[in-house]
Amino acid sequence: MSAVEVGGTTTAPPRVRHGGRRWTLPRIGAELGMLVVAAVFLFPFYVFLSVALKTPADLARSPLAFPTDPALANFADAWERGDLGTAMVNSVVVAGFSVLMLVAVGSLAAYVLARRGSRLSYGLYLLFLLGLMIPLQLGMVPLYQVMRDLNLLQTYTSLIIFEVGHQLPLAVFLYAGFLRALPKEYEEAARVDGAGPLSAFGRVVFPLLRPVTGTVVILSAINIWNDFLTPLLYVGGSPQQTLPVAIFAFRGEFASQWQIIFAGMGIAILPILVVYFLLQKYVIKGFASGIKG
Amino acid sequence: MTVTLRRPAVAGGPGPGHRRVRRRSNVPYLLVVPALVFYAFVVLVPTLTGAGYAFTDWAGRRGTPGFVGLDNFTELFSAPAARSALRNTLIIAVSTTVVQTLIGLALALALHSSLASRNVLRTMFFAPALLPPVIIGFLWQYILTPAGPLNDALGSVGLGGLTQNWLGDASVALASVIAVIIWQNAGLTMVIYLAGLQGVPPELHEAAAIDGAGRWQRLRNVTLPLLAPATTIALSLTLIGSLKLFDQVYVMTNGGPGYATETLSVVMYKEAFVSGRYGYSTAIALVLTMIVFAFALLQLRGLRRYEVRQ
Repeated sequence: MSAVEVGGTTTAPPRVRHGGRRWTLPRIGAELGMLVVAAVFLFPFYVFLSVALKTPADLARSPLAFPTDPALANFADAWERGDLGTAMVNSVVVAGFSVLMLVAVGSLAAYVLARRGSRLSYGLYLLFLLGLMIPLQLGMVPLYQVMRDLNLLQTYTSLIIFEVGHQLPLAVFLYAGFLRALPKEYEEAARVDGAGPLSAFGRVVFPLLRPVTGTVVILSAINIWNDFLTPLLYVGGSPQQTLPVAIFAFRGEFASQWQIIFAGMGIAILPILVVYFLLQKYVIKGFASGIKG
Repeated sequence: MTVTLRRPAVAGGPGPGHRRVRRRSNVPYLLVVPALVFYAFVVLVPTLTGAGYAFTDWAGRRGTPGFVGLDNFTELFSAPAARSALRNTLIIAVSTTVVQTLIGLALALALHSSLASRNVLRTMFFAPALLPPVIIGFLWQYILTPAGPLNDALGSVGLGGLTQNWLGDASVALASVIAVIIWQNAGLTMVIYLAGLQGVPPELHEAAAIDGAGRWQRLRNVTLPLLAPATTIALSLTLIGSLKLFDQVYVMTNGGPGYATETLSVVMYKEAFVSGRYGYSTAIALVLTMIVFAFALLQLRGLRRYEVRQ
């Protein structure tokens, strides 16, 4: 595993990390070993792609072989019959509005909690953090009833309200951590110049929060995009259903037509994959540092 | 609105200089209110209401909830579905947490090196953690069907004896579910450890190597202690996440065969939205909550002890 590191250890420091250019036997072994691990790990992705491109006859012949004549029609089929266009619009609307509100409301709250050094602000901060642990199951039925009584089921509104509240602990946690490390001088200067707290925040503090806002947006957008249980309850079976719910319904409808189901699933994950490959560095950093706070 | 609320006080105040100093360090609490409203509406109030309903026979609109004391909990610990869900939830949480942390650590160590493929592999290994659990569930449901790709692959490499009805056989179904969860999230643990490894100065390794420490000794005595914060994050994240596990189980097995893969979240959902037993279902959710808190406290204590030693 770390054979290369050992090879370079006794030489100059940079060689340890960037060295190992020579193709020694242990190194070739390590590379090959890792490729085998990777092949096993990535096998499900191969299945995903190959099944999505198979004709029913291909699929019946072998679950494993790559299709000889890729059936791109599966994607068009899934898109139309599953009404995935609508579901994708729903997902974009719900995730978009939720994230916008989350950023606005969460950053403001964290601003108070990070800047006020009082016992009350610390208590409120801990109260928000509690939300990272509380299983949503405990409040699930009462909240469902409230949404039903307010006639909000099967609307975007119910889902957006839920997602904002549900993702707030993470947003507050991230923003507060970042704000604590942020010097107060800029905003104090703005306040001395007569800016109110809100305008000091909007004009001075919020722009400085850009890195952590990026993290909050990435983490919460992915969480909301992938969410299933609550969307199933609130908008399942309605024209407002989001992609994971639509895929779930789709699976029930097309029972064993796996090639259509997989094509639909491919469409549903495409936006995430595109974002991931374009913003890879930020996404990975967000998940690694985001959770660290 | 905040501005207008605070200004009169300053304008009316006698000592402007002193006032100003006080004012600028005080961000008004009003700014936390919008977040608090969302949070209270979605999390706090429903959670407290739910905890109260756990002691009733509440069945929704029909009739008023009657207080039944601990009846729901007595039932929970004797009903086969809930009992097996309790057991499975604990098994899933512990085994996922241990195995996923080990795999994630191994992947991170392997990819925190000069392997030519390291960047591509990091990207690939982390990808499943970003995808909807529902879709991961369906993908594996197909892979694990008796005549599916996994058994086919095993047969074609001469391991035909290992083929199983992975999700249909009660003796292997739970292990299959656990494997799927680990496959999906190992990349997340890896990413957390990779970030931790960035903070391990190479000089320490060199110093230890000069002192004659072997590769394994350096891993044990230099790298792992410095990775303790990453381990804490990885452990708590995996533990809490796997205790709440719902999506993958619901779509892959719906708790079956029999009760073999039932989890507390899945039983809770079915009791609430299939059987309409709201009181009983929130009792299940309350037990789940207690378990999450118990594990969190346990971990916090372990962490404290570790920090004291430092």
